[in-house]
Amino acid sequence: MTYLDHAATTPMLVESIAAMNAELAQVGNPSSLHASGRRARKVVEESRELIAAALGARPIEIIFTGGGTEANNLAVKGLFWSAQAKDKKKNRILVSAVEHHAVLDPVLWLGEHEGAIVEILPVDTQGRVLPETLRKAFEKNPHDVALVTVMWANNEVGTVQPIEELVKIAHEFKTHFHSDAVQAVGCLEVHFQNSGLDAMTVSGHKVGGPQGIGALVVKRDIELTPLLHGGGQERDVRSGTLAAPSIAGFAAAVSTAVVQRTSRANRMTSLRNDLIKRVQEQVPDVVFNGDPENRLPGNAHFSFKGCEGDALLMLLDAQGIECSTGSACSAGIPQPSHVLLAMGRDEVTARASLRFSFGSTSTPDDVDAVMQVLPAIVERAKRAGKPAVKK
Amino acid sequence: MSKRVVAAMSGGVDSSVAAARLVDQGYDVVGIHLALAKVKGHAGGKGCCTLDDARDARRVADRLGIPFYIWDVSEEFQREVIENFIAEYAEGRTPNPCVRCNEKIKFQAVLERSLALGFDAVATGHYAQIVETESGPTLHRAIDDKKDQSYVLSVLNQEQLSHTILPLGNSTKPEIRKEAEERGLITASKPDSHDICFIPDGDTAGFLHNKLGQDPGKIVDAETGEEIGKHNGVFEFTVGQRKGLKLGKPRDDRSPRYVVGTDIKSKTVLVGIPTMLRVDVVTATNLIWCGPIPASQFECSAQVRAHSADLKAKAFHKDGNLTVEFLEPLQGLAPGQTIALYDNTRVIGSGTVVTTTRS
Repeated sequence: MTYLDHAATTPMLVESIAAMNAELAQVGNPSSLHASGRRARKVVEESRELIAAALGARPIEIIFTGGGTEANNLAVKGLFWSAQAKDKKKNRILVSAVEHHAVLDPVLWLGEHEGAIVEILPVDTQGRVLPETLRKAFEKNPHDVALVTVMWANNEVGTVQPIEELVKIAHEFKTHFHSDAVQAVGCLEVHFQNSGLDAMTVSGHKVGGPQGIGALVVKRDIELTPLLHGGGQERDVRSGTLAAPSIAGFAAAVSTAVVQRTSRANRMTSLRNDLIKRVQEQVPDVVFNGDPENRLPGNAHFSFKGCEGDALLMLLDAQGIECSTGSACSAGIPQPSHVLLAMGRDEVTARASLRFSFGSTSTPDDVDAVMQVLPAIVERAKRAGKPAVKK
Repeated sequence: MSKRVVAAMSGGVDSSVAAARLVDQGYDVVGIHLALAKVKGHAGGKGCCTLDDARDARRVADRLGIPFYIWDVSEEFQREVIENFIAEYAEGRTPNPCVRCNEKIKFQAVLERSLALGFDAVATGHYAQIVETESGPTLHRAIDDKKDQSYVLSVLNQEQLSHTILPLGNSTKPEIRKEAEERGLITASKPDSHDICFIPDGDTAGFLHNKLGQDPGKIVDAETGEEIGKHNGVFEFTVGQRKGLKLGKPRDDRSPRYVVGTDIKSKTVLVGIPTMLRVDVVTATNLIWCGPIPASQFECSAQVRAHSADLKAKAFHKDGNLTVEFLEPLQGLAPGQTIALYDNTRVIGSGTVVTTTRS
């Protein structure tokens, strides 16, 4: 099996499995006052400190959530509602056109149900939000923006955004800035305080931790309107019993991934560059997508002219090679990627796309395995093309 | 290397068992659920869906240990089946969308794509049998008379049949349900589908009104020529129809009246007594032979609806045009319907009805 879909989820690191296993056999609700509760609380707080240290944040700034999607929802809705509570006029949301649906959809939902004015920030052909684009959007009306949300690095095409520059502009206009950094942590240098961000989303399973756990890193002085009401476990912003085993596994993964980041990123970059070079050599009409320089180390994204991405995926799957056409859809019906469309690709090219993403377990054998079958598979998929119907 | 087969899995019991049997028979099977309709998405407008049927199909594929994918053929289905359905009604004909779907989607678009992707055949859960002969594959009725679906497959030519597998033709429906249960398939007790899949509420007239608007006209008594009612669109009516006429004036003997003809130009619906529904001669076009091309004149039996009787007939064909003389009484047949011709249990071929006449 050749697993090249690490951007979807990546194997748990041994450190994470060990930390989680150690907790799974223990009893204790971190909110209980007795010894077992205190023991579990200690695990949670030590984990919080580990994560904070790894991400350049203060422990108090870490709010654990049920994953990246919840953290994104909390950031987008929480920041919007708290901005509204202070000033009704602040109803515009600036959001990049290439966000993951976990950001885009809550923003659009606020537009449909809560009176938000959604302004989609266009990107260049490599998927980047240019600083002047953001500035222009602010200058239209400097006083009505509730929040800006632009991801750190794109999950589909791997392009890294000029986050620090964008944050500075938002702060000139005294507006909060959120960034979905789930793809960036462990791959790029992510330092919350240095970035200037007000809120940042992190996910457990994208860095080698367990699924179903994540965090919103959010500055202490920022008020967020809660989404989940209940016991108020996390700063009264997020309710729900703290998942000590998952949190322990999450923390071990984040700290290990961050410590090993440079060496792993270098290894992934070289594997990725090798794959890109060999695909371009053997499939001359391939289109390479995203920023060639400022990109996630593990991401290689192509459009194969005349093919359907889902046909390529199926044929590769049959050969034991696992990759993705972009972001997964629950029902598996391929949709042209909104990211590629925003980058100016046409629908046919967008549908012809395939993403290979490397991770901690990837080896040169994986690249060899892909190259052994890919050229023939592209030829076959080209012949299949779109299902043709006789007139 | 074993044959590679696409099992079209609708999420119903029949296609589930069909896929299971293929796996048992040693084929290299991939389950494909065809997304025929785009379901409106949520806030993101992805047009994505988690249809119950797709989920059921996926769970059966999991159980069988075969790969499973969804193929989006909604554009082809919209163009070739739904739009054709509306256009045919607008022209005063009565199409069979299931026949059309088999002809254009399942055994054309999907089959072509499967072959191009390196598969050898497409399998479905239809109840019919394919019998190999010296002159190529031939299509036969299923052993289960009540379930037989050879009629809706009568648009497949030998080339298509040679890449088709129908694993259920030698079983009865109760046997299939029992087998599904024994195999522990979650689709074992799902009810059969009867309606047109893109009109789930069964309100065809409402669907057509929605697409074609209101187009009022007269309802005329075919015996007297007298106008006895009004209607909101000729497309609401099909020859042989009795319900939904809403006639103010009953016949003197209170016997029911039927639609005996429609005229799209004058927007007239003709109603009359059952004897006026008799059809003796039918002409048809869009001829498809499911086996060897027959002599220009042959005796056969004919079927004009999915589950109607098999009637003795004589057929003549020339230059792609078919004439069928019925030797047994046929009641009510509308242009646009498919007429399938049989030699005993073997399907000779089919055509689309153009005219019907009473001698």
